[in-house]
Amino acid sequence: MATAHDIAIKQGRPEANGSAPFVAVENLRKAFASHKVLNGINLSVSRGETLAVLGRSGTGKSVLLRLIIGLETPDSGSIRIHGQNIAGLALDHMGEIRKKMGFLFQHAALYDSLTVGENVAFPLRHHRREMSSSEREERVRQLLAEVGMEGDLQKMPSDISGGMQKRVGLARALALEPEILLLDEPTAGLDPISSGEIDDLILKLQRERQMASIVVTHDLHSARTIANRLALLDQGNVVIEGEFEDLRQSDIGFVKEFLKQS
Amino acid sequence: MAATVINPALPGRQAVPVPSVFDSVGRLTNEFFEWFGNLGIFVWQVLRAAVTPPFEGRELVRQLDEVGSKSFPLVVMAGAAIGVILALEARYSLSRFGAKSMFPATLVYSVLQVMGPIITGLVVSGRVGAGMGAELASMKVTEQIDAIEASAINPYRLLAVTRILACILMLPLLTLAADASALLMGWFAQSLVEPLSFHQFIEKGFKGATFNSFLPQTFKTSVYGLIIGLIACFQGMRTRGGAAGVGRAATNSVVLASLFIILADVVLVKLILVVFP
Repeated sequence: MATAHDIAIKQGRPEANGSAPFVAVENLRKAFASHKVLNGINLSVSRGETLAVLGRSGTGKSVLLRLIIGLETPDSGSIRIHGQNIAGLALDHMGEIRKKMGFLFQHAALYDSLTVGENVAFPLRHHRREMSSSEREERVRQLLAEVGMEGDLQKMPSDISGGMQKRVGLARALALEPEILLLDEPTAGLDPISSGEIDDLILKLQRERQMASIVVTHDLHSARTIANRLALLDQGNVVIEGEFEDLRQSDIGFVKEFLKQS
Repeated sequence: MAATVINPALPGRQAVPVPSVFDSVGRLTNEFFEWFGNLGIFVWQVLRAAVTPPFEGRELVRQLDEVGSKSFPLVVMAGAAIGVILALEARYSLSRFGAKSMFPATLVYSVLQVMGPIITGLVVSGRVGAGMGAELASMKVTEQIDAIEASAINPYRLLAVTRILACILMLPLLTLAADASALLMGWFAQSLVEPLSFHQFIEKGFKGATFNSFLPQTFKTSVYGLIIGLIACFQGMRTRGGAAGVGRAATNSVVLASLFIILADVVLVKLILVVFP
């Protein structure tokens, strides 16, 4: 199977020339009790790229994102963010790394005691203490305007729909101008129209901000829309990685079955 | 070794292992030490977060309001009820021994040294412990705590330290409120039967008293606050299992905090008697 570097050369990506990718996962393993979730994963993402990680439910896709953001600790392997290995770093040392990353949780994970505006302001209040309250308010309005939620500043998370919560979650994830964006099932539970709107929003933000993005999804249509490359996981391994055409032309049984059922 | 029984309901009358008493005791012992071990790790994380900046002043103020202001009415009502009960019981008991003149001192010492602190601790444990445990558990199961951590904010500092500190600071003040309410209502209940001016009541009740008679007992409630905050935050922040887990966290927070308050009081009372004779 082609290595990440071989694929990079074929696709003309920055790491082919020796430029370090923003996120590089090497030989990553994670098991919960006796259940091996990730069995030696190798992936990398560079600036301006979107990698979609696909697979059946329970194949470790979300665990991969949680490992990258440091919410879980890998059993072995490395996770490099701008070349620095963060695998196993203590909570105190993860702070500066995490400020470079934005994370959209599957169910948005908005703080339900705060309004929409306060949710988006939350990271700014903690990490941009030099901002005045008016500057912060203006920044929150800009972020919510980018995701089409500028009129809902004072609403509580319980007052808005699931799709709207995801938009607010996205605005919050972008508050600190991250270089890396991690999205966990951004269209899960949404109707086709809302899913399409979220996909369009992600594409627009990616074009404007040129982040390195990893999207975990089981929605092949969404993955094709927003991602430059797709990686298909099965039983803890990357079965195939490449563009959609590479998957479509693959002879691997699992890949064919996955595409057929999607 | 576990015994086995044949379960007639299963196809082929399969043998089902039945845990022996030793298995159950072993499992419970494991769980007991595991719980205290995890609590120890949690305490360490909280201590480290408490002494490292940046400090969450805004959240602390919010929690002082949650724990203090919002518990005030309940604590005052509980204190009032205790004052009336003690007045009725004390009057009856003292009358039997011809010691009715001791009523003011009996009520004052009972409330300030024993009943005020313990009732405040148990009432606040119920209200604040359950609320805090449920709130944090709900945040845990909806990934809000993970979102806080992913935003490069220490969840122990933001959520646990502020709540525990608020409980430590507010319990003595709430105890004073409960004491005042109990003494006032106790005097009032007594006055309905045998008129006694409030001035005389206070003069007789506090005759010969020093600060050492009451202040250590009031400030020991800071330890109750520590117990309530610590147990509620610990139970909440390590919840698993959805709505059922949230319910368990709320219940366990109240039950364990109440239990530990009573056990701690045994030690604290003795300590106070030794240090402040």
